[in-house]
Amino acid sequence: MKLLEYQAKHLLKEYHVPIPEGFVVKGLSELSRVVQRLGGRCVVKAQILAGGRGKAGGVRLAGTAQEAFSAAEALLGKPLETYQTAGKGELVSALLIEEQLSFLKELYFSITYDRETQTPVLMLSAEGGVEIEEIAVKNPDSIKKVRVNPMTGIQEHHIRELYLSLGRGKEGYRAFTGLVRNLFRLYMERDAAMVEINPLVLLEDETFLALDAKMIIDDNALFRHGDLVEIRKVPEDEQQEVEAREKGLSFVKLDGDVACMVNGAGLAMATMDMIKHHGMEPANFLDIGGSSNPQKVIEALDIILKNSKVKVIFINVFGGITRCDDVANGFKKALSQRSMTIPMVMRLTGTNEKEGRRILEEIGYDAFTDLKEAVARLKEVYKGIREEH
Amino acid sequence: MGIYVNRETKVIVQGITGRDGSFHTAKMLEYGTRIVGGVTPFKGGAEVEGVPVFNTVSQAVAATGADTSIIYIPPAFAAGSVIEAVEAGIKNVVCITEGIPVTDMMTVAHFVRSKGARLFGPNCPGIITPGETKIGIMPGHIFTSGPVGVISRSGTLTYEVVHNLTSAGLGQSTVIGIGGDPIIGTKFIDCLEAFEEDPETKAVVLIGEIGGSDEEMAAAYIKDHFSKPVAVFIAGKTAPRGKRMGHAGAIIHAGKGTAESKVALFREAGAAVVDLPVDIAGAVKAFF
Repeated sequence: MKLLEYQAKHLLKEYHVPIPEGFVVKGLSELSRVVQRLGGRCVVKAQILAGGRGKAGGVRLAGTAQEAFSAAEALLGKPLETYQTAGKGELVSALLIEEQLSFLKELYFSITYDRETQTPVLMLSAEGGVEIEEIAVKNPDSIKKVRVNPMTGIQEHHIRELYLSLGRGKEGYRAFTGLVRNLFRLYMERDAAMVEINPLVLLEDETFLALDAKMIIDDNALFRHGDLVEIRKVPEDEQQEVEAREKGLSFVKLDGDVACMVNGAGLAMATMDMIKHHGMEPANFLDIGGSSNPQKVIEALDIILKNSKVKVIFINVFGGITRCDDVANGFKKALSQRSMTIPMVMRLTGTNEKEGRRILEEIGYDAFTDLKEAVARLKEVYKGIREEH
Repeated sequence: MGIYVNRETKVIVQGITGRDGSFHTAKMLEYGTRIVGGVTPFKGGAEVEGVPVFNTVSQAVAATGADTSIIYIPPAFAAGSVIEAVEAGIKNVVCITEGIPVTDMMTVAHFVRSKGARLFGPNCPGIITPGETKIGIMPGHIFTSGPVGVISRSGTLTYEVVHNLTSAGLGQSTVIGIGGDPIIGTKFIDCLEAFEEDPETKAVVLIGEIGGSDEEMAAAYIKDHFSKPVAVFIAGKTAPRGKRMGHAGAIIHAGKGTAESKVALFREAGAAVVDLPVDIAGAVKAFF
C-alpha cells in the first residue's frame, strides 16, 4: 500500500522526524486561511501516488497568497500526468501547502529490504534530489548502504558509518542519530516495505528535516495496521487489483483479449508466456491463489467478464492445495447464475481431479489434462473467433 | 534416497486440525509419509487421521522424536510457529503459509539459520522424495522416483514440469518448492549444493521467476561449482513491469531481476534454458 506524501509525513511526525510546517487542503475555500498562517510564502504540492511529480509541475513555489491561489487552482481537481501515470494522469484531490525553508544541503535517505542478505538496508547519499537513480548507476559508491541484522536491530556503528560518509563534522551527529533511529523504528513497527526521504535536508543549525516522503507499507502486514487501511487511497488504475486482492485473488489487467484464470503466480506467469508465445495477447494476470474456495472462482470469473475486450477465457488449474472439485463447483455455481457467451477452454488436473471432472460433466463442460493440448485448442478457438469478425 | 528428507523422516503437522492441515495430513499419510504427530493449541489429546495432537511443538517432539515439521497456520501466526518449531529442536521446517509480513520473515530467516535449522518456504508447496515421503501439498500421483532433482520458486508450475517429466519417463530424486516470497529460507544455491553431493541425482531442473537475484546467484554457482547438467525455465517474460514508487528498490536491485538478465546468465553458465515450461522434459531427455 502506497501512502500519499501527507499521510507519510503524518507518520514521520508520529515518530518525531522533523517535517516542514504544512496543511492539507482539499478545496480552494480552505486555502486563504492556510496561506495566511504560513505568511504568504509557501510551497503548493499536489498529492498523488505516482512518482515524477516534481518534473511534471506538481510542486510549485509561491511568493505571495495570490501566487499560491493560482498554483492551487491549476492543480486541484485536475489530473496530473507524470512519466509514471501511463498517459492518463492521476486526479489531484488534495494539496499539501507547506512553508518554504532554506537549507544547506539536499541528501537522499531510504530504508528498504535487501532480498539477497534478507536484511533491512539503509541508504544515504550526499547527492539528494531527483537524479538519484542516475547517480546509482554512474557512481554507485556515492550511495552509502548499511545492512542491519534484523535479530539485533540497529546499532550505533550503523549510524556512524552512514554519517561519516557525508564527510561532515561532529556537530550534526547527535541530530542524525535521533533521526535514523526514529526512521528505522518507523520502518520496522509500521511494516514498511520502503521509506524514502528525498530530499532529506540539512538545515543551518546542523539538524535534519524531511522535505519529501514516500512510503510503501507491506500489504501482507495490513492486518495489524488498521489505522493505515482506513486512510488508504487506491490509485484509479489499481482499483480493480485492490478489490481483487481483498477477495484473495491476484489480478493485473493487461491489454490483450485472451483472459486467463490460473492457480499459482508462477503457473499464471508461465501461462501468459505460453499465450504470447502462440501469437495471442493475455488480457490479464489472474492467480486464484493457493487455497480452495469455490467462491473465488465465481469472483474471478466476474472480474474477467468486466473486461469487454475479452474474446476467450483460458482456465489452467493444476490442483495442489487448490482442489479440482472446489474449482468445478465454483464454475457450476457461477454458470447457473449468469449466461456465458464467451467461449472457455479449460485445463483441470491434480488434487481431486476425478471429482472435478464429474462435476464439470454434469454441466456439460469438458477439460483437458495436458497443457499443450489445452493451448492448442485455445489457439483453434481464438482463430475461429478472429475469422468470424 | 534423495536430499533433505526420506522415508525415515518423522514429521509433525502444525495446524493439523485446520481445513488444509487435516486434508493434507490424510494425503501425506496416504503417500506414506511418517506423520507422527500434530500441533494445535488447546486441542492436545485429540486425534486427526489417527495422529495424536499436542498443545505445543516441544510436547510433540518429546513424545514422537520428530525432527521435521510442516506448517499450515494463518499468516499472522505463521512466523511465530516457525520459531516455536526451531526452539523445540525441529531441524527441517516446511512453511506452506502464504502472506507472511516481510519484517517477520527477515527475523525468522536469520533465527532459523543461527540455530543450524533449515526452513523451506514460506509460500511454498513443500518437499517430496518420490516413493518415500511427501511433506507438502503437491498432488502425489504425478511424481515418480528417478534421477532428476527439481528446484522451483513456484508451486503449480512445479507440478506442470514434474507432470511432463514423469510422462516422458524421467523420474525425480527430490523436488523442492523453495517458495515465491521475497524472503525465504532455503535458496536455489543450498539445493544445488545438496544435489551436487547426492549420487542419485544425475541432472537438475531449476524453475525461476522474475524478481530478486537468487537465480543470478544460482547461475554463478552452476558456472563455477556444479558438475551436473541443468535445465532452466524462467517464468514472467511477458509479465508487465511492476509499478513502483521511489528509487530505493531500483538502487538496491540495479540491473538484476529481469527475465532477460536471468536467462543470459544461465546460458553463460552452460545450462539449457527453455522458452516454455512444456519444453523442459525434452531438454532433460537430451541429457541422458
